[in-house]
Amino acid sequence: MMQISELEKIATQVRRDVLRMVHTVQSGHPGAALGCAEFFTILYFNVLRHNSAKFNMDGVGEDIFFLSNGHLSAGWYSVLARAGYFDVIELRTFRLLNSRLQGHPATAEGLPGVRVASGSLGQGLSVAIGAALAKKLNNDCHLVFSLHGDGELQEGQIWEAAIFAAARNVDNLIATIDYNGQQIDGPVDEVLSLGNLKAKWEAFGWHVFEANGNDLSVLIETLQQAIAATGKGKPIVLLMRTIMGKGVDFMEGKHQWHGSPPNNDQLEKALAQLPETFGDY
Amino acid sequence: MNKLINSGSKDTRSGFGEAMIELAAQNPWVVALCADLTGSLKLEMFSEKYPERFIQTGIAEANMMGIAAGLTIGGFIPYATTFANFATSRVYDQVRQSIAYSNKNVKICASHAGLTLGEDGATHQVLEDIGMMKMLPNMVVINPCDFNQTKAATHAIAKHQGPVYLRFGRPKVPNFTPPNLVFEIGRAIKLIPGREVSIFATGHLVWKAIEAAKILRLKGISAELINIHTIKPLDEQAVIRSVLKTGCAVTAEEHQRNGGLGDSIAQLLSRKHPVPVEMVAVDDVFGESGTPDELMIKYHLDTPDIVEAALKALGRKLL
Repeated sequence: MMQISELEKIATQVRRDVLRMVHTVQSGHPGAALGCAEFFTILYFNVLRHNSAKFNMDGVGEDIFFLSNGHLSAGWYSVLARAGYFDVIELRTFRLLNSRLQGHPATAEGLPGVRVASGSLGQGLSVAIGAALAKKLNNDCHLVFSLHGDGELQEGQIWEAAIFAAARNVDNLIATIDYNGQQIDGPVDEVLSLGNLKAKWEAFGWHVFEANGNDLSVLIETLQQAIAATGKGKPIVLLMRTIMGKGVDFMEGKHQWHGSPPNNDQLEKALAQLPETFGDY
Repeated sequence: MNKLINSGSKDTRSGFGEAMIELAAQNPWVVALCADLTGSLKLEMFSEKYPERFIQTGIAEANMMGIAAGLTIGGFIPYATTFANFATSRVYDQVRQSIAYSNKNVKICASHAGLTLGEDGATHQVLEDIGMMKMLPNMVVINPCDFNQTKAATHAIAKHQGPVYLRFGRPKVPNFTPPNLVFEIGRAIKLIPGREVSIFATGHLVWKAIEAAKILRLKGISAELINIHTIKPLDEQAVIRSVLKTGCAVTAEEHQRNGGLGDSIAQLLSRKHPVPVEMVAVDDVFGESGTPDELMIKYHLDTPDIVEAALKALGRKLL
């Protein structure tokens, strides 16, 4: 297990990577990627039993992760690179022509770490359930993790998947919701309120955990509890409260940073708040 | 032509169901998914014999397609089954992103395609599925003509690595292809050799095209009939070789003219060898309730329509 101080440094570097990546191409989605820096970091450096040096599509004998809200690609790519799936230099190619680092994650270019395309929302939970069923059929006791946006829960397919996973006891799956309360058009509560999300998931038969997703020690502890709750007949969901744009004061909590890159001045101000820890790519 | 005898009408979906039982015994990686249509897809025996490899998703086709994509991650070969309408238009984006773009080894097996679904009417009679599926990169599109060929195709697609759309139907139709013929994806089958007009037919229209060729022969016209069971990848060589000889073509399918087999053939011929092409297909309208036979007549997908199209193509060739 990695020390909290080390994880914190990685998360800070991930935030720098995200900001520089979207700034370079003046496109992409920094807000939620910044908000999920702790989650990505903990997952890849503390939680997943995986082999980053030798990526295997089938992932048999490994824990596997699906990013359903594919627009968080900058954050995911940064952590994949920092965890050793590919060279951090390749982060320079984000969203450029002929890159493996597509705007939204894809398998077509063969980027290690990516097992399915995502971007069109609402599809990843079903895919994660399929992979979890495959693990059961293969007698593979490893786990499947997935991440979804809270706005993404407005997609109907999520709830088809939620019914299925509970009915079929898919208990080797931990779905995490990036509960930042923001979506493109504004606060989720204003665009289309999700109501009592905890009660909804419980009513659908899931074991619900809650955590502050920007507090490393709390999130680690909650993920450990969630892992301990696997194999008990219920699928698991973690409602992870995060702050969109976390780590950059003028971006925090603002839905405007869902899909807007910083300009030169904004980048400079943002990076000044996030000291370089592991070397920029 | 003498070999083309109906050995007893059967539904193509039963060919699918029978093959699935054999496949499950042969290949431990084959799993089947169904969205509350187990009986219609002829998967009852599969679900009873291999319950651990049968995944009932309930009436949730989008979720079924995603689960199928996920099952490939771990090595399984999922056969995701439902009616053709719900396997395509209802879940187009799921098929596009999670299966086709992600190049997952999912076999989308779709029954009740086209007008011959019959009395349920236009809500269920998908006539756009071939077009939707063939437009997706990585997707193979197969529309077998009878029970035996559907069975053979169901076996063959397990050996193909990548996404496949296998389309079949509801009613009993003549069963005339040899019972143990190996199905070769992308390889058209010449059923009747001829010299004056090429007929390219797919699915249920192949038998009607056989009957049409017999009528044409009585009229003194030598028609060549080719069964295009694989619409994508299209057997371009077979198509071009035939029209080089005949100089005109007729296409026949239970599908919209827009986006169907005729559209693929015309596109190929306009690029490589332009000749008159006539298309027997649905002309930009939705279907309706009725018996399969009534519908095929009303929407001009019947034997006389193929004969008429052949005469028209021949006439245009002589202009």
